[in-house]
Amino acid sequence: MIQLLSGNEEVARGAWDAGVAVASAYPVTHSTEILETLARFPNVYAEWAPNEKVAVDVAVGAAYAGKRALAAMKHVGLNVAADALMYAAMTGMEAGLVIVSADDPAMHSSQNEQDNRTLAKFARIPCLEPSDSQEAKDLTIAAFGLSERFDTPVMLRPTTRICHSTSSVELGERIDASLLKSLQQFPRNPTKYVMVPGNAIKRHPIIEQRIVDIAKFAEKFPYNRIEEGDKSLGIITAGVAYQYAREVFPHASVLHLGMTWPLPKELVRKFATSVDRLIVIEELDPFIEEGVRLMGIQVEGKSIFPLIGELDPGVVRESAIRAGLLPEESRPPMIKVDVGVLPARPPVLCPGCPHRSTFYILNKLKVPVNGDIGCYSLALVPPLSAIHTCGCMGASIGVAHGAMKANDNERHVAVLGDSTFFHTGIPALINVVYNQSPVVTVIMDNRTTGMTGHQDNPSTGRTLQGKETTQVEIESLVRAMGVKHVKTIEAFQVEEIEKTLKEYIKLDEPSVLITREPCALLPEGRKRWVPLEVISEKCNGCSLCFRIGCPAILKSDELDERLQRPKALIDSGLCTGCEICAQLCPRDAITFRNQ
Amino acid sequence: MKETINFLLAGVGGQGTILASDVLVNVGLAAGYQAKQAEIHGMSQRGGSVTSHVRWGKVVYSPIAAASEVDVLLSFEKTEALRNLRMLRPDGLAIINMEAIKPITVTSGGQPYPTDEHLIATFAQATSHVVYVNGAGIAAELGNAKVANVVLLGALAAQVHQSGMAGTELTFDTWLKVIQERVPKKYVEINQQAFKAGWEIVKK
Repeated sequence: MIQLLSGNEEVARGAWDAGVAVASAYPVTHSTEILETLARFPNVYAEWAPNEKVAVDVAVGAAYAGKRALAAMKHVGLNVAADALMYAAMTGMEAGLVIVSADDPAMHSSQNEQDNRTLAKFARIPCLEPSDSQEAKDLTIAAFGLSERFDTPVMLRPTTRICHSTSSVELGERIDASLLKSLQQFPRNPTKYVMVPGNAIKRHPIIEQRIVDIAKFAEKFPYNRIEEGDKSLGIITAGVAYQYAREVFPHASVLHLGMTWPLPKELVRKFATSVDRLIVIEELDPFIEEGVRLMGIQVEGKSIFPLIGELDPGVVRESAIRAGLLPEESRPPMIKVDVGVLPARPPVLCPGCPHRSTFYILNKLKVPVNGDIGCYSLALVPPLSAIHTCGCMGASIGVAHGAMKANDNERHVAVLGDSTFFHTGIPALINVVYNQSPVVTVIMDNRTTGMTGHQDNPSTGRTLQGKETTQVEIESLVRAMGVKHVKTIEAFQVEEIEKTLKEYIKLDEPSVLITREPCALLPEGRKRWVPLEVISEKCNGCSLCFRIGCPAILKSDELDERLQRPKALIDSGLCTGCEICAQLCPRDAITFRNQ
Repeated sequence: MKETINFLLAGVGGQGTILASDVLVNVGLAAGYQAKQAEIHGMSQRGGSVTSHVRWGKVVYSPIAAASEVDVLLSFEKTEALRNLRMLRPDGLAIINMEAIKPITVTSGGQPYPTDEHLIATFAQATSHVVYVNGAGIAAELGNAKVANVVLLGALAAQVHQSGMAGTELTFDTWLKVIQERVPKKYVEINQQAFKAGWEIVKK
């Protein structure tokens, strides 16, 4: 049966077909759907872990226990999980372990575009790269086989363009469970699984030999294949770049690599000698290119195609024209019409977002604010302009602490969401308490993981598979760490938030403000949706309400007679009635919900 | 006949572009083509621009089309139509929903929003195949503002039917069948009406 499915759905299907028993991940944009899809299948346990390191440890534990396991994350998530990846690469497992690293060329939703193929090489594990949905499924299945055959974790590296593209897939069946290994009891094999130096030193030569053996296997790996064409140009390519190569050079000879680490040296050599000119088309780093050049083969890659950002057929063609690989005439005719200056459309905090009030106050207080990864990083843009640093998950608290230890003439604020706090905020807050800095930490608890599309987390009381579970209480946790000043305020209580923040930034001890209100897009948040109105006679166009950056507040065509400034107008289709603007209006010109 | 057809759907998060591209890629598959679709989501829910590529053909490699190679641009919003004009090939087909969703840079930043005159004059220089649709108005007349995206699909389907590209052979009924399969049962009838209303804009 043929169906149109996304790369993420197919990684999930492939894992299920391969008999995966345990899967763990932290929800992150462009790999979230892998676990969401898997969670709907029967006979598989799938969970949201608080962070990627925990997810990989969980998957490793399951694979030690003899069941096929998967951990999924985005490229930067593997930085968090790198420690776990490295020991798993040393120990190997009893059953297949696949680690999905969804890389993000062009940084559609990430802080960098690191190429994680280098991490596979670094860890001495194979790296498989799907070039469409069918391969996303097939390579996931192959990855489990490879993992067990060579006793190694396997990295599957789709990119955003594969994760979120749909193409046709031939659906298969789940493997018969009786064909998979099953252990009577957890292995007692300390020389393999206890990585103290004395054992680890014996494992190191094994993993070095393992990658040599996998390289031999790669020569016959069916997803490494030569597609013969015109011999004047040979292209080595992988991932979605394969599709662009075939699109732009329909007649060239192509070596498609389904496994980009280790490289099949004999196959590469055979291909190289069969063509007149050899090029590599790959996104981001010259990973394949450098491997081929190290073999002493003359090859071009990044001298023609960009190192930075995503490729597409247009970029590949234009680069090829400039390098003389294609004639000028292959450039398609273009529309040459000036469209004028268009207003940018940046993503913004939604109307009714419970984060807005706190950022309005933080901007007003003019304190340095260390941000974190989540919707609230959107408070960077004017008029809120209330984020001054933002690097990675959980960075806010540690950066604020370090900044205060370096220079305590200003009080630093750290801002992060509930899910991000559980991810990597907790150890950083313990550090603030242990080493005492008067950092003000604001935990914006919107009862969900917002940015990635509303996944559950330890404080929501529900699991990925929809079961009721214990809620981890942020207040109790923070108090148990030893924070003496802890307060929870409903996120729309503007005055109360302002009063508390003003009080906290004067303290000489750590403090935590928890602002709580469900995300406006959650069903609980939608319940209160009642649009507000501007009472035109009262509004004098003072523009205070424009400063909260709410998309529902517009400038009216009507001007205030005396000041000749545009009055405010509320778009009733967008307004959710959060009442932040109504609380701020000095002339009571905005109605409250019950008015 | 041109053997492939490249669509680009452009709009703002929440306008139903994703559902429309899902229908479109499935129509391609139902018609026996290789069909691929690519979209980037993430920030889209927060009021950002959204685009989605759909390609049909005997053989389709890339899931996205290059700039200047889009045969059909379906824009759900006026500024987004202008923003994506460079993707369209000269004299390609354009279906533009005459809806303005003003970004924050306009509502509180004071930047001007392009006028209808500018939009129409700019597209007139680029192609002779533009259809302007009052999707919201038609959907409201039918009784459900949410079916504006299917009104637009109706106009697109009728345009493709006259295009001479892959998909030109597809009839009203083929399209309708896929739409019926992909919308919730209780909305089948209103979506049928919406599709028909869109189709008739072009056929008239």
